[in-house]
Amino acid sequence: MKETEISKHTISVLVDNESGVLARVIGLFSGRGYNIESLTVAEVDADSHQSRITVVTSGTPMVIEQIKAQLSRLVPVHKVSDLTLSGPSVERELALIKVIATGEQRVESLRIADIFKARAVDATNNSFVYEIIGSPEKINAFIKLMEPLGLSEISRTGVAAISRGTLTM
Amino acid sequence: MAERILSGSEVVLQALADQGVEVVFGYPGGAVLPLYDEIFKQNRIRHVLVRHEQAAVHAAEGYARSTGKVGVVLVTSGPGATNAVTGLTDALMDSIPVVCLTGQVPTHLIGNDAFQEADTTGITRPCTKHNYLVKNPDKLARTMHEAFHVASSGRPGPVVIDLPKDILVGKAPYLEPAQVQHRTYNPVVKGDRSQIEEAMEMLASAKKPILYCGGGVINSGTQACKLLTEFTRMTGAPITLTLMGLGAYPASDKQYLGMVGMHGTYESNMSMHDCDVMVAIGARFDDRVTGNLDFFAPNSQKIQIDIDQSSINKNVPVDIGIIGDVGHVLEDMIKVWKAKQYKIEANALDSWWKEIEGWRGKHCLSYKQPKDVIKPQHVIRSIHAATRDRKTYITTDVGQHQMWAAQHFGFEHPYEWMTSGGLGTMGYGMPAALGVQVAHPDATVVCFTGDASIMMNIQECATMTQYRLPIKTVILNNRYMGMVRQWQQLLHGSRYSESYSETLPDFVKLSEAFGFTGLTCDNPADLDDAIKKMLEIDGPVILDVAVDDKENCYPMIPSGKPHNEMLLGQETNGDEAIDSDEGMVLV
Ligand SMILES: Cc1ncc(C[n+]2csc(CCOP(=O)(O)OP(=O)(O)O)c2C)c(N)n1
Ligand SMILES: [Mg+2]
Repeated sequence: MKETEISKHTISVLVDNESGVLARVIGLFSGRGYNIESLTVAEVDADSHQSRITVVTSGTPMVIEQIKAQLSRLVPVHKVSDLTLSGPSVERELALIKVIATGEQRVESLRIADIFKARAVDATNNSFVYEIIGSPEKINAFIKLMEPLGLSEISRTGVAAISRGTLTM
Repeated sequence: MAERILSGSEVVLQALADQGVEVVFGYPGGAVLPLYDEIFKQNRIRHVLVRHEQAAVHAAEGYARSTGKVGVVLVTSGPGATNAVTGLTDALMDSIPVVCLTGQVPTHLIGNDAFQEADTTGITRPCTKHNYLVKNPDKLARTMHEAFHVASSGRPGPVVIDLPKDILVGKAPYLEPAQVQHRTYNPVVKGDRSQIEEAMEMLASAKKPILYCGGGVINSGTQACKLLTEFTRMTGAPITLTLMGLGAYPASDKQYLGMVGMHGTYESNMSMHDCDVMVAIGARFDDRVTGNLDFFAPNSQKIQIDIDQSSINKNVPVDIGIIGDVGHVLEDMIKVWKAKQYKIEANALDSWWKEIEGWRGKHCLSYKQPKDVIKPQHVIRSIHAATRDRKTYITTDVGQHQMWAAQHFGFEHPYEWMTSGGLGTMGYGMPAALGVQVAHPDATVVCFTGDASIMMNIQECATMTQYRLPIKTVILNNRYMGMVRQWQQLLHGSRYSESYSETLPDFVKLSEAFGFTGLTCDNPADLDDAIKKMLEIDGPVILDVAVDDKENCYPMIPSGKPHNEMLLGQETNGDEAIDSDEGMVLV
């Protein structure tokens, strides 16, 4: 890859779930001018108090290497793994999407939801809340289609990611 | 082992003692009164009362940098902690191990905008290596020990422990240092052997090698500096040091080219530019060193050794990046070099040195000392000459005088040079000298400062007096913020906006007011006598030397220019204006 080419990377970070740890990670990105496209965090091991942070970021190869090196040297960080480089991985995101519409638009939104395997988790006479799970691209596509049909609010979780096969962090 | 239950303050003091702490630099206040009470009741740990919390951190830095130990600071909550922020940032930039204890309002008041509450961990997160807020007394002892480990290992740096008052007053169990292990933090010290072998092969094949070494070598310790000297002699390669690395290699040695970077020597910078293999050892390719990155050592292969993996490939991509402690890696490098009987090809090395001698022949640091006005460089050289047979430590403030001290005072050993490199903090010099003198009571400690810088922590004169610290503060008084004036002259059409020191105090009277001797000198013929007198006085002295107010610091690589476009200064091509839009936006 060319040194100046910007590419998107999904980075998983295992951290001690202590207070301030998320601020350290976010502060590192803002303080050094790296961008965050998506960020998710939750405890994954209650016994050992470990959380997993998934960051989607982009940059030149040198910047991506810096980001990983900077993350690795934070004291509460156990492990940093670049899922984009370490092989094939699965990325999933959940979105809740509110569509306010009546008549044909309302029916059309249901039809598209069906194709995308989105579920209606709330309904009134003139609204639906759809739950959709998939890759960020799939969710983007779904949102695009809902736009002319009364799309009025979106809540997305951000990406959770894990490598395929037997490979672990 | 049975747990010992103590008060929180007792735990803190016990932990300090078990960590081998001899002295704490601090300033009291409401939130830390329980700790001060504990300090009062014991006599293992000495407390040095500074007059401003920023100075406490710089003093701890001076202590740390001149001993290789961790410097310890104690300040109160709120303004005590915020005053310490500049010092912490300074220590972070220069990788100085410091543990700073800050008081905090009691846990139940945190977040209430209580009196003297500040979000200390929030404020200091980006300016420390790590920080802690201790909310649980069970974690107090562990946190104390961990903080020392984090501050002093890997790439050293400042660590803050924020201590709510109820934690200090309440009960807490004590743990010995040996009972504490960190789960995630484990810096790599040993370098990868195959990378080291590859690197030595690369260096052995060089025709124009250079060793470029920085503060990391000094952080690694005196043994690492010895190994560096051994390795340099073995290879016969030229060596240059960064501002932070001065003293890691003896300045008087013939393989030493002088300092590298913006105000480095001509021979160093030209050798960096023209080299074919560069070995960066504990140096981080700072912009003050590299100049314009697009033209930095364009024909070279690069090897970098650093304990901090984020320092590798940050500004400059390298061919081989070895993560590890400089001392350990140098040891292996020497072994490999010997085992493979490597030798840099003699003819190539010869002609490389001939080229270098050509650059040396420019005598880029030369100056003429006239009869009527004292040249600042001459002050540095005269003091160097006068202190040669004493154990001498030098601290500086920031500006031209700092660069002249770096250029003209030859440092033969590590730990003898304390300066604010990364942050460039005016006001660093005198408090750093306090820390150095406390650590080395019998040594000569000289602080080179400027007429503007000295005003930034002048209150520390009182600390010098109180503890009878015989620091020799030498003001290179050019009545200007000289470095600012130099940039204004070269880059801003000589418009000296706000850079003149309009109302300076009478430093003799000021010294006397603080209870020590003040001396002045404005005649070149009197300088040696003034220095002699200063060194003979058994106590603090401020020597105010009136120097040439027009003198500029050369050589200089203007910001945004490559190494081979240095300005050499008065003796050669005069103070020419720098014509560069690019350079204008750089600092
Ligand atoms: C705290 C701080 N404020 C501002 C600066 C910017 N600055 C760098 S050098 C300098 C002038 C220093 O003047 P002086 O101490 O007289 O030293 P000289 O350059 O004259 O030797 C200034 C203002 C700084 N480095 N630090
Ligand atoms: Mg000045």
